[in-house]
Amino acid sequence: MSETSESRLSVKARLPALLRRADPAVLTAFGCILLLLLLGSLYSSNFLSPDYLLQQLKVASFLGVVSAGMMIVILLGHIDLSVPWVMTMGAMMACAAAGFGATGAFVAIPVGVLCGMALGLLNGFGVAYLRIPSMIVTLASNVVAQGLMVVYTGGFSPQDSAPPAIRWLATGTLVPGVPNAILVWLAVSAAMVFLLARTAFGRAVYGIGNSERAAFLSGVGTRRVVMIAFILSGALSAFGGVLLAGYASKAAQAMGDAYLLPSIAAVVLGGTSILGGRGSYLGTVAGVILITLLQSILSVMQMPEAGRQIVYGIVIIVMLLLYGRAPPSR
Amino acid sequence: MSEWRYWLNEQRGTLTGLAIFLVMFSVYVANHPAGFTANVVHTAANKGVLLAFVAMAQALVVITAGIDLSVGMILVLTNCLASWIVVGAAVPTTLGVVAVLATGTICGAINGALVIYGRLQPIVATIATGAVYFGLGLLLRPFPGGSVNEDLADALTGRLFGVIPSSLVALAAVVLIIWLPFRKSVAGRAAFAAGSSEPAAFMSGVPIRRGKFAAYLLSGLLAGMGGLFLTFFTYTGEAAYASGSAYTLWSIAAVVLGGVSLYGGRGSAVGAIFGAFAARTTGDMLFAFDVDPLWQPLLQGIVLMIAVSIGSLALLRVRNRLDWFQ
Repeated sequence: MSETSESRLSVKARLPALLRRADPAVLTAFGCILLLLLLGSLYSSNFLSPDYLLQQLKVASFLGVVSAGMMIVILLGHIDLSVPWVMTMGAMMACAAAGFGATGAFVAIPVGVLCGMALGLLNGFGVAYLRIPSMIVTLASNVVAQGLMVVYTGGFSPQDSAPPAIRWLATGTLVPGVPNAILVWLAVSAAMVFLLARTAFGRAVYGIGNSERAAFLSGVGTRRVVMIAFILSGALSAFGGVLLAGYASKAAQAMGDAYLLPSIAAVVLGGTSILGGRGSYLGTVAGVILITLLQSILSVMQMPEAGRQIVYGIVIIVMLLLYGRAPPSR
Repeated sequence: MSEWRYWLNEQRGTLTGLAIFLVMFSVYVANHPAGFTANVVHTAANKGVLLAFVAMAQALVVITAGIDLSVGMILVLTNCLASWIVVGAAVPTTLGVVAVLATGTICGAINGALVIYGRLQPIVATIATGAVYFGLGLLLRPFPGGSVNEDLADALTGRLFGVIPSSLVALAAVVLIIWLPFRKSVAGRAAFAAGSSEPAAFMSGVPIRRGKFAAYLLSGLLAGMGGLFLTFFTYTGEAAYASGSAYTLWSIAAVVLGGVSLYGGRGSAVGAIFGAFAARTTGDMLFAFDVDPLWQPLLQGIVLMIAVSIGSLALLRVRNRLDWFQ
């Protein structure tokens, strides 16, 4: 017994320090990325060209921003199902604000993000103070956001084309060769790493995810932390929607529908426990790239929408079975 | 003497659901231009029965302290399947119905196996299986279409003796044949016990896994029945993502309105049926009051928000703040 544990220890000890500390889930995710790239390059030699990879990172950055918000909420052991219409709302409101002349164009992005924060506040209040299960509050607020957007677009035809500033943010290039969307994603990622690893808020998020009761008894204002987390998630979803509107150069109904499942999948595939309290941001980045590559390969292979849904579902279930299982209860 | 009080306490949620439905339905009928006629009741019944099946399916899973975000997609999948195979003469139609219901049951069994034996979180597992079921539905019906045995469809969506909607009779039959025996069975009691307190149920030697698995299985069967009835109403199959997620969403709202506790262990599928009819009546009410159709989704969302906030009234009774964190 002790011998086996010793030999296991020695195997572990022989690995380089970086690998030893790394989460096996994150390593698996990066391994899968390499595998996908390899498979893709067998299919077409363009897969390893820098242009293609940069294009993939650019597409991944929208999902990356949304998944960052989703990750904070999942770390708490909650979930945010209001992503689709919060994204759409952020995009539509930003484009609408841009319709009001020069000042409008200036405040377009903040307006979109603020709308997302408002919905996030609604979610957070319901979850933290009314103690309604997060899945249900966010499902309901998704309907509310949808209703608001139907009322807003129904009566008249609002401005829906994205202003130049938003388009520049999503598709322009500040550094030659690197699309701005990737830089935005990098900035969001840096902020996330700082927030989760270096602030009291980040510690509290992990603490609540492990045991809200224990965090409360240790003097953490758990309700405030949960509410702020949902506000952040709403803001990041809406910001992702704004970027997407810039990429597609207009805001459209239901533009966020394709982002709910991938954003949850990216977080879970990156090794974040769906029960909360465990997970690293690096894993989420890996998950986002993995999902984007998977999408790209499926579309290059001209897989129809039905097949894509099935493959997503199965990939998520298999990954969950590999490392997302709850401990045996007895 | 005190026995009926226990019964009343147990059925409180169901009775609240019934009361909410009765109040809303009377307001609706009072404001309907045609008043309380067989036609109005027939239409309301047919609309409500679809959601009622899905809500029952959801209630079974919620009672075990789980949640099934794939019920709407099982409905879509079985709808698409039924639009292919529930056709022709008596024998092929019967076989088709059996196959559709079996498909629903298998979907439920997959969910149950993943949640119970795979130890996955119900939310994520059922979102993922929901995507698979929707994909399968879309494979079967890339474009809306298909047909159904219209004699059977008309028989199950028409009226008995010119007054009673036969869909309601079918719903009552399902309650009698599936829900009541399940409620009385060992598996059913185990499902309730597991939802109420899994460790306590385990310590008492209750067959938790069997009970929970049975609940998921029957949930799939009921969602399949919903898909079958959807085909009977529309005569076609359609893989619409929006309609699938709307059914999932409203099934949760119906369960809450019907007094089923989202924390598990309390409530009944009958309550979920009343909740489903109440939820459907909100939509009809907006129509009866002549609300601008543009505002309907928003108002429904707000009603939904209020409905799910009802449960938080229990917070007022919490004496120890640690009880916030279940």
